[in-house]
Amino acid sequence: MTEKKIRVLVAKPGLDGHDRGAKVVARALRDAGMEVIYTGLRQTPEMIAEAALQEDVDVVGLSILSGAHMALTPRLLELLKINGQSHVKVFIGGIIPDEDLHRLKEMGVTGVYGPGASTEDIIRDVKQSVEG
Amino acid sequence: MTHSHAVLNGDRLALTRLLTQVENDTPEGRAALIELFSHTGHAHLIGVTGSPGTGKSSLVNQLALYYRKTENKRVAVIAVDPSSPFTGGAVLGDRVRMRDLAGDTGVFIRSMATRGSLGGLAQSTANMAQVFDAAGFEVIIIETVGAGQSEVDVARLAHTTLVVEAPGLGDDIQAIKAGILEIADILVINKADRPGVENTEKALKNMLDLAHPAERIFQHHGSAMRMTAPVREVSSAPMWIPTIQRTVATEGKGIPELGQAIARHVEHLTQSGVWDDRERARLEVELDALIREELVTRFRQDVSEEQYTSMLGKILHRELSPGEAVKLLLNSRIK
Repeated sequence: MTEKKIRVLVAKPGLDGHDRGAKVVARALRDAGMEVIYTGLRQTPEMIAEAALQEDVDVVGLSILSGAHMALTPRLLELLKINGQSHVKVFIGGIIPDEDLHRLKEMGVTGVYGPGASTEDIIRDVKQSVEG
Repeated sequence: MTHSHAVLNGDRLALTRLLTQVENDTPEGRAALIELFSHTGHAHLIGVTGSPGTGKSSLVNQLALYYRKTENKRVAVIAVDPSSPFTGGAVLGDRVRMRDLAGDTGVFIRSMATRGSLGGLAQSTANMAQVFDAAGFEVIIIETVGAGQSEVDVARLAHTTLVVEAPGLGDDIQAIKAGILEIADILVINKADRPGVENTEKALKNMLDLAHPAERIFQHHGSAMRMTAPVREVSSAPMWIPTIQRTVATEGKGIPELGQAIARHVEHLTQSGVWDDRERARLEVELDALIREELVTRFRQDVSEEQYTSMLGKILHRELSPGEAVKLLLNSRIK
């Protein structure tokens, strides 16, 4: 029996083309020993939920810089639930105004990371959210 | 039982969970493989391998679209990428090139890391392919980076193996060195709109002529003489000579022709009986591996750690040879 690996989907929903942050996070999680599935730019919540299902991931990391997080995030959470994957943890990186932080956490988002967040924190939180 | 049933009934959540169990080689995964085996043996396995940057993922994307649109077949893709040997982590990025397949429930893409396993990659890939096969996927495309023995082993699982090349990625000596050309049933020159495609095709043709001399041409007093090459193996079945197909995967060019070439290969496999030979060889390897594993497990259960260690000590002091030790340990096991 081989060791169970944490599988993370790093996805970039919405229409902005800045994927630097997503790539940095993908790389950091890889270096922490996780298997990161990277899907590229301009994904719809439907595409992300479908990929999360096919890849049987433990965690989805969303990179959102467009300001559409309050529309995209609940939609993804709903789709994960419909697919029977409500156990999948979701975290967000990007430009998120403070007033939205609380509401996102209430929806069930496990972490929100803005510019300057350390990758060590993200790695630690992802591991904690999966291992409980 | 219910888990396998759900997979057979097309439950995608059950399928994805089972793929994880099988990949992690858990007891549940093993039990499900036993239950599902009688439902396998229907899928056509296509291996796609080649150096990084030749456009394998884009090609797989187009091939899957082709099978969906022209043949209405359900397609599974297993995309294998290397794990980091230092951290064990991996970034699996093949889905980036396969976004055209999103939203089609007739397609299931699963990314997989090599996990640095000791030859176990081929087996876990084969097991995952079996799950897809049982779940009713008619075409299973396995994509690997053609850069080592484990990838070659994976390619050998397939009924049809495509080796993907691209212009400008090294001269013909590179092609010989890589060694993966020998496993190709079909050679694909992708990015065929790039300069240098003629040279690449010429180099590959020369390679094929060296490997498969159907006839030889001699110069005799200034005129060419053709002579059939000596038959190397006694076989009534006609030999498959790998074909070369040009594609531009990003634009979908050459894909129908490639699909037809694959269909011709399947026809050859079934008519010549090679299909059955390959199935037999593959299952034999699997059976042998399982027997070996099971025997080792039983041995470990029956022989205590102390017995084993004391035997090792005797070998170390040259009181026993390893061969004698094995006999003694096995005999003490049976008692």
